[in-house]
Amino acid sequence: MSFRLEPRADASVGLKITVSLLAAVAALLLVAVPVLAAGRSPLDAYALILQGAFGSMFAFSETLNRATPLVLTGLAAVVAFRAKLWNIGAEGQLYIGALAAVLVGSGMLQLPPGLMIPTIMIAGFVAGGLMMVVPALLKQRFGADEVVITLLLNFVVILFVQMLVEGPLKDPASMGWPQSVPLLDAADFPKLLPRMRVHLGLIVGVAAAIILWVVVRKTVLGFEIRAVGESRAAARFAGIPVNATMLKVALISGGLAGLAGVSEVAGVKGYLSADLSPGFGYSGIVVAMLAGLSPIGTVLAALFVAAVFVGADSMSRATGISSYLADLVVALSLLSVLVGGFFLRFRVRYEPAGKPAAGE
Amino acid sequence: MVDQLGDVVLSLEGITKRFGTLVANDGLDLNLRRGEILALLGENGAGKTTLMNILFGHYVQDEGVVRVAGAALPPGSPGAALAAGVGMVHQHFALAENLSGLDNIRLGTEALLRPSSGRAARSKVQQIITDSGLDVDIDRKVAALSVGEKQRVEILKALYRDVRVLILDEPTAVLTPQESDGLFLVLRRLASRGLAVIFISHKLGEVLAVSHRIAVLRGGKKAGELVTANADRRAIADLMVGKAVAEVKRSAPVPGEALVEFRGVSLRRGVARAPLSDANFVLRAGEIVGVAGVSGNGQAAIAALLSGLAVPDSGEMWLYGRAVTSADPRALVAAGVARMPEDRQHDGVVGTMSVADNIAIEDVRGKDFARMGLLNQRAMRARATAAIAAYDIRCPGPDAEARLLSGGNVQKLILARVLERSPRVILANQPTRGLDVGAQAEVHRRIIAARDGGAAVMVISEDLDELFALADRFIVVHAGEITDAGPSERLDRGTVGLLMAGQTSAAVLV
Repeated sequence: MSFRLEPRADASVGLKITVSLLAAVAALLLVAVPVLAAGRSPLDAYALILQGAFGSMFAFSETLNRATPLVLTGLAAVVAFRAKLWNIGAEGQLYIGALAAVLVGSGMLQLPPGLMIPTIMIAGFVAGGLMMVVPALLKQRFGADEVVITLLLNFVVILFVQMLVEGPLKDPASMGWPQSVPLLDAADFPKLLPRMRVHLGLIVGVAAAIILWVVVRKTVLGFEIRAVGESRAAARFAGIPVNATMLKVALISGGLAGLAGVSEVAGVKGYLSADLSPGFGYSGIVVAMLAGLSPIGTVLAALFVAAVFVGADSMSRATGISSYLADLVVALSLLSVLVGGFFLRFRVRYEPAGKPAAGE
Repeated sequence: MVDQLGDVVLSLEGITKRFGTLVANDGLDLNLRRGEILALLGENGAGKTTLMNILFGHYVQDEGVVRVAGAALPPGSPGAALAAGVGMVHQHFALAENLSGLDNIRLGTEALLRPSSGRAARSKVQQIITDSGLDVDIDRKVAALSVGEKQRVEILKALYRDVRVLILDEPTAVLTPQESDGLFLVLRRLASRGLAVIFISHKLGEVLAVSHRIAVLRGGKKAGELVTANADRRAIADLMVGKAVAEVKRSAPVPGEALVEFRGVSLRRGVARAPLSDANFVLRAGEIVGVAGVSGNGQAAIAALLSGLAVPDSGEMWLYGRAVTSADPRALVAAGVARMPEDRQHDGVVGTMSVADNIAIEDVRGKDFARMGLLNQRAMRARATAAIAAYDIRCPGPDAEARLLSGGNVQKLILARVLERSPRVILANQPTRGLDVGAQAEVHRRIIAARDGGAAVMVISEDLDELFALADRFIVVHAGEITDAGPSERLDRGTVGLLMAGQTSAAVLV
C-alpha cells in the first residue's frame, strides 16, 4: 500500500472553489479541538465570533476599522510577492510612513484638509517606499538578501520610533506618555459614519486594491511586473528592464505599507507611538497569502482576518476562552489554504497493496 | 549486420499512461534482446520520456507491465529497476565534480558501515575499461575531465553495477563527430558482449550508424519498427511525422553589405559559461552563417552579445556600421535584430503568461501595444490570433498559457514574435533542438525565406546536419577561439569535426 504524488496539469475553477471551501471547513474543525478542550461548544464560540464581528453596526465598524491597515499591508505584500521580491518589512515601512505623516502634518505645514490629507499620504507613501527601495538596491548591487534586511529593519525602525517619541518628538502635553505631538486637525482622516471609528483609510485601501488590480491587469507596468515575477530570465531576454521594474515594485510595496501607517495615525490614533501597530505588517503577509496574491481578494481576506480578531475579542469576553484563539484561527486558515494549494498542484494516488500492476 | 541475438532481456507490454485526458503512452509494446542496440526515435511529446520514466519507476503506468528477463518489475520502484539491472545515462550528468572518476563509479554501490575494498573496485573498473574500450583516467577528479570523458565515467558507473540494459538519452548532444564515432564503437563492442542498449536520439544519421533496430514513437503509439539495415533516412522521417516531409531547398546566397561585425571581441565573465577571445567575423545581408562547435566553447558568449545581454570586455561589436556600447535587448530588437534563445522554454517564454502576452513581450512598450502606459489588449490578441494562424501554433487560443505549448509550438511562437517585424539580422540559437522533423523543416523554410529577403542570419547549432542544410558559410568555435571555415560547399563533416576538436585551419583546410 502506498501513496503517490503526481503533478496536475491545470486545476479547474470548480476544483479551486471546492478546495478553498474545504480549507475553511478544515480550519474550523481544527480550531474546534482547543475550544472543546476548554470545555466550551465550538458552535457557540463561532456564533459569538460572528456576532462580535458583524452583530451590530458598531461591531461591523470596528471590523472595518481593523481591516483598513490590513488591506494596505496586504497589498504591499501582494505587489512585492508577485514580482518575487520578498518584502517582510511592511511593519517597519508602516512606522516610517506614520512618522513621515506626523513630521509633515503636525505643524510644519498649515494647509486646509483638502490639501493636508493628500500631502501626508504622499509623504507616508514616499517614506515607506524608500524604506523598501534601499533593500532592493542592496540586493541588486551586492546580492544582499532582502528577506533578512527587511525583517531586521523592522526592529531598527521601531526602536528608532521609540527613541523619537521619548525624545525629540515627544508631546509635552502627553503627561509623560511616550507619544508624539499630535497631527493637526486638518490632517485627521474624516470618519465615514457618525460615532463610529471607521474612517477614510478604508476607502483609500479599497481604492488602492482596485488601482493595483488595474495596474496588474491592464498596464505595461503590470505586464512587466508579472513577467519579471514569473520568469526573470525570459523577461530579461525579452528586454524588460528587470532591475528598474524591481525598484518600482519596491517603491509601490513599501509605499502601500507606509500608507497603512498614515492611515492608522491620521484615522485612529492622531499621534505616533511605538505601539501604533500590533503587527499589521506581518499580518499583511498572511492576508496576501490567504488572498492568493489577488488584489481584490486581499480586501476580502483582510476583512476575514479583522473579523476573526474583533469577533474573538468579544467571544473571549463572553466565554472566557482566551482571545489568542483568533491567532489560532488565522494561522490554521493559512495552513489550510497552503495545504489546499498543494492539492491543487498535485494529485494524490492511492495504491492498495497486492495489486502491483494491471495484467499481473 | 545483426550479430547473434540472444534472449529477450527487457519487454514492455501494453504500456499505457494517461495524464488527465492526454494519453502519453498508448498500449506500447517493446522488446529488447541481449546484445541489441535499439534506437528509440520520436519527436518531443511522442512519449519517449514518459516511457523511460515508467521503465525506471518514476511514473506508474495505468496499464501494462515491464519485464526484465521475464520477471515483472513492481511499478513505481526505481530501486527495483536498478536492482534488475537497468541503467541510464542522462543528458545531464549526475557526477560529483570534486571526486575522482573511480569514487564516482563506486558511489552509492557500497554499504555505509562496512569498510570498502578500494582495490577490488579498481580492478573491476579496469577490467570493464579493457573490455569496453571506455578509456578514461579514473583517478583524475571529474572536474578536470572533458565532457566526453565524463560521459564515459557515467557509462562505466552503469556497467560497474552490472547492468543488463543500458539507456542513453541523447548521448551525442555534447560530443564532436569524432567523439560520437568513438562512442558508437564502444556501444557496438558492449553489445557484442551481450549488453542490451536503448539509444534515444533525434539525429537520424547516427541512429542509422549505430543501431540494429529502430522503434519510432508518434503520439504515444509505436509508429513503426525497422531493422536498421533495411531503413533509410526518408522512411524514418516519414514514420516520425506520419507524412512525407519535403526537403528544404536552398538557393545560392547573394551576400550584401556587412550588417554585423565582430572586431577582436572578447567576453570573459558574466552571462556565458565559456569565454570568447579575440573573435573576428562578419555577418552579411542575404547569407546564413553557421556556427559549429561542441557545446560550451563560446557559442553562448556570441549569442549573449548578439542578443543584447552583454557587451564585449574588449574589442567591438558593430551593428550597421556602428559599435554597440550598451547591453540593451530592447535597443537591439528595435534595431531589427531577431533573437531566438538557445533555451526557448526558459528564456524564450514566460510560461504562466498567455500566448498573446508572449508574442507581444519584446514590444510591449511600443505604440502597437501600449498607449499612455495602458496595454492595448485587443491589439495583442489580434496579433496573436494572426500569428497562431500564420505560423500554425497549436494551442487552445491566444489566452492559453505558454507553458501548455509543446517545444515545437513554443519555437513557432518565438518565430512569429521575431520574424513578423521583418528583421535585418537573425540569431537562431539551436533553432530546431528537440523539434520533430516536420517542425524542423518549417523552421528551416522560414529562416531561408528571411535570408532570401535580405536578412543576415547566424545559426548556432550542435546538429551538423542542420548546419549543412542551412549555412552558406561556416565558422567554428573551439575553446573560445573562432575559425573561419569558409563556404559550406567546400566543407564536409570530417573537416568541420576536426576544427571543432581544436585542430588549426591550416592543418585541416588545404
